[in-house]
This record gives sequence, structure tokens and C-alpha cells, in this order.
Amino acid sequence: MRPPLAQRLAHARRLAAVLLSSQYAYMLEYRAEIVLWALSGVLPFIMLGLWSAVDAGGGLGMSSLQLARYFLAAFVVRQFTIVWVMYTFEEDNLTGRLSPYLLQPLPLVWRYVAAHLSEQATRLPFVALLVGLFFLLYPAAFWWPSLSSLLLAMLATLAAFALRFLMQFTLTMVCFWSEKASALERLLYLPYLYLSGLVAPLALYPEAVRNFAFWTPFPYMVDVPARILAGEPVAVGQSFAAMAAWAALLLPINLLLWRRGLRHYSAMGA
Amino acid sequence: MGRYLSTLRIFWIASLTAELEYKANFVIELVATAGNLVGSIFVLSLFYGRGQSLGGWSWEGALVVLGVYTLLEGVTSTLLQPNLSTIVAHVRTGSLDFVLLKPIDSQFWLSARTFSPWGLPGIALGAGLIGYAAWKAGATPSPLTLLAAALMLVASLLILYSLWFVLAASSIWFVKIWNATEVLRSVLVAGRFPVSAFPAGLRAFFTFVVPVAFLTTVPAEAILGRASGPWLLAGGVVAAGSLALSRWFWQFALRFYTSASS
Repeated sequence: MRPPLAQRLAHARRLAAVLLSSQYAYMLEYRAEIVLWALSGVLPFIMLGLWSAVDAGGGLGMSSLQLARYFLAAFVVRQFTIVWVMYTFEEDNLTGRLSPYLLQPLPLVWRYVAAHLSEQATRLPFVALLVGLFFLLYPAAFWWPSLSSLLLAMLATLAAFALRFLMQFTLTMVCFWSEKASALERLLYLPYLYLSGLVAPLALYPEAVRNFAFWTPFPYMVDVPARILAGEPVAVGQSFAAMAAWAALLLPINLLLWRRGLRHYSAMGA
Repeated sequence: MGRYLSTLRIFWIASLTAELEYKANFVIELVATAGNLVGSIFVLSLFYGRGQSLGGWSWEGALVVLGVYTLLEGVTSTLLQPNLSTIVAHVRTGSLDFVLLKPIDSQFWLSARTFSPWGLPGIALGAGLIGYAAWKAGATPSPLTLLAAALMLVASLLILYSLWFVLAASSIWFVKIWNATEVLRSVLVAGRFPVSAFPAGLRAFFTFVVPVAFLTTVPAEAILGRASGPWLLAGGVVAAGSLALSRWFWQFALRFYTSASS
């Protein structure tokens, strides 16, 4: 006895609108904090400083303009793919807030997805401001991506966010069994940091390391969207196929662990 | 002084006992620290692998800088982070009242109350890397070099502490300042590399605005026996100045503390 599809869609749309608008209002309250989080993503700019100083001698195979655009694009992509679901979930679990959430007739994951998307919306003006400042300091690097590559980059960033969210949320399920599960996120962050392209474009890696990296999900989280945004050549179809394959691998694991975890769950506190 | 030392011993034994409840964390921290070090060395090798150097530093010299950075990170997660991150909560809940009433210096209590062993792998790995790379670089451990190196390491620790403490103490005004230490952490990442590797503008920023140069580059110079008088002096002055600043800032901030109850 399920209601007709149109009715269910309308219901889902209403739910999404309510979730997103309430989470956005909530995030706006914390905008100062979010600005600080955004500022803590300066790593690509530090690395740009190093690489451009090295490049003074030439011979990198990437011009200094290409470097500047790549790292700026990497900064932007990183801003819209930051995932912190593990920390929120751990806190919700430890403080017992998880129980009322679980009683709601809404899969819990959508609450966290909405929170992430709203946080990104809160970041948007500040990121735009920083990008403007960058071009003011370094006008030669200014570029405007074509509409098609801009749309493609947005799509790739969204896919990168989804993949990273799925990955962290899968690891988050450990919270059902352990109190200090977020320590594990530190381990997952390591390959992400060094293989995603945050510290250097993967084009500058030795070939063996680069080939290995593209067998992992990490380069698709920063390097690929950033290169699309910066107008560098990218094997688009292959990259999206790889992201889809990783998602297809992770999703069943995630669902399985979620069900197992829920059965194991016995509300904290009281 | 003796009272402070014995208090410190009691504090640290208590927190050590509490932390050792989570033994698996030690393995995770060890793997994370070692993995981070391997990653950093890999990034360095990206620069040196193509026959270039970072700001005129040799490979071994750059490794000493990285070793100092790893050591400082270890100290951060052993002492700075676990202690100073609680100031925010004390201000928000008003339990800072009880801290201020204790018959002990409040800055000392807030800065040294807990001790987290999870940063020890970082300290050990950093010290090991410094020793190995300095030996490879052909540094001679003359008494004078050792003295200069020890002094500059202490200076760098004091500067790091003061930066953290001043930011954490700002939570008296802005309760939500805790993220600011994340910003500090992300800027300090620049300390993994010799400061001369940066373009002129950033180099000035990392010397005069956020003194990253004094955190890792100057101690590394001293360890390699290349410290020059003016830099040693500057390191000492910056360290003493920032410690005095943190002291003054805390006294100043306390004047604005009005407790949490309405």
C-alpha cells in the first residue's frame, strides 16, 4: 500500500526543503566558525608558494600560471568536499542524541548530508572572497573557465564530495562498536592528503606513484575536479567511471555495516 | 617551584592512567605519525628528486627541518592541544571560576593540567630523524653546537606554546575561537620546509607575522652548526617576548572574564 510515485516525490521534496533550510539557518549561526574552518584550508596556497619558488629554475613541465591555477582550483574543490560526518556522528552517539534522531521517520544519513550541503552554502561567499583576493594579488593567473568545463567541474566536485562522504560514513559505522572511532579518520586522512593532489598536482609525481594513485579513490577527490576547473586535459569519462565503481563498492559495505550497527546499538547515557 | 613540580607529577600520572584506558589509540597514533612522516619525506623527495633544492638547503638539512617539525607536532598533541583546548569549555561552562580559585597559578594549571601520551611517537620519531639527518649532513656535535641547538629548540617550543596560549585565551571574549587553533595548525604546516624555500612575500610573513622561521628553520640551522649570532639572539628575543606577551595577555584577558552565570 505505497502512495503513488508523484505523491512520494512531492513528500521527499518537501522534506528536503525543510531539512536544507533549517540546517542552513543553523549553519548561518555558526558562520564565524565556518569562516575559520575555510581559512584552515590554506595548504594548497602554502604548497603553491613552494612549487612556484622551485619553478623559478624551470623544468617542472608546468608553467607557473598553470601551477597557480591548479592550486587555486584545488583550494576551491577542497572547500566543497570537506566531510566531517564522523565527528558529528561520534558526538551524537556519545551524547545520546542519536536515539531521538533514529526514531524520526527519515533515514538518518539525509540529516548529515543536508548539514554538509548547508555548510558548503555558508562557505560559498567567503570562498568567493578569497578567490577574488587571490586574483587581486596575482592578476596574471586570472582565468574564466568555459561554461562546459565549469559545469563539469561542479559535477565532478559534487561526485567527489559524495564519494568522500560515503567513504567516511562507512568508517563512521565503527562508532557503533567503539567510543573513540574518530581516531581512525586520522588514518584515512593520510592517503587522502598525500595521494589526492592537495600537496602537488599528480602530474608532478613519479610515474609509478601516479599510476598507483589512480588505482585508489583519492585522486578523484581533488586532482581530477581541480584539473577540470583549471582547464587542464582530463580523461573525463574514465574518471567518472572510476568514481562510480568506488561508490558501487562502498555502498553495499556501508548499508551492511549500518544494519549490523543498528542492531548492536544500545543508546548511550542514562 | 618544588610545589609546582610535585603537582605536575600528580597531574600527569593521573592523566596517563586515564589515557591508557584506550591502548588501541597508541597503535593508531604510531601508524598515523609514521605515515605522516613518510608522506612528508615523499613530498620533499618530489622537490629534490628532480635535482632541485629548497631554498639552497641540502636534502639532509631539509630532513632536519622536517624532524624539528615532527618533534613540535608531537609536543603539540602531548601537551598543547589536550590542555589548551579545554579553556574554551571552562569559559563556556563557567568552571574557570574554580580554576581561578585554586592556590596555584591559573596559567600554569591550564597549560599543564593533562598529559596525553599519544604525541610521544611523534617526539621520538622527530628526535630520531633529527639525529640521523644531522649525522648524515656531517654535523659535529661540539659542545657549542649542542648548546645552541638546545637553546633554539627551547626557544621554538616557547614560541609555539605562546602562539597557542594567546589564541586559546582569546576564548574569554570569543567563545567559539577554538577553530582559530586549527587555522594556526594549518599555517604552521609551512614549518615542514626551510623558510628560505618560500617566495619573498611569504618568507617575510613566516618570519615576522607568524614566526614559523623561528619554530623550525632556526633550530635546524643551530643543529647543523650553522647558527649565526644575530639569528640566535633574535630567536631568544622572540621567545622571551612571546612568553611575556602570553603572560600579560592572560592577565589582561582575565580582567574581562565575568563568569558564565547570568
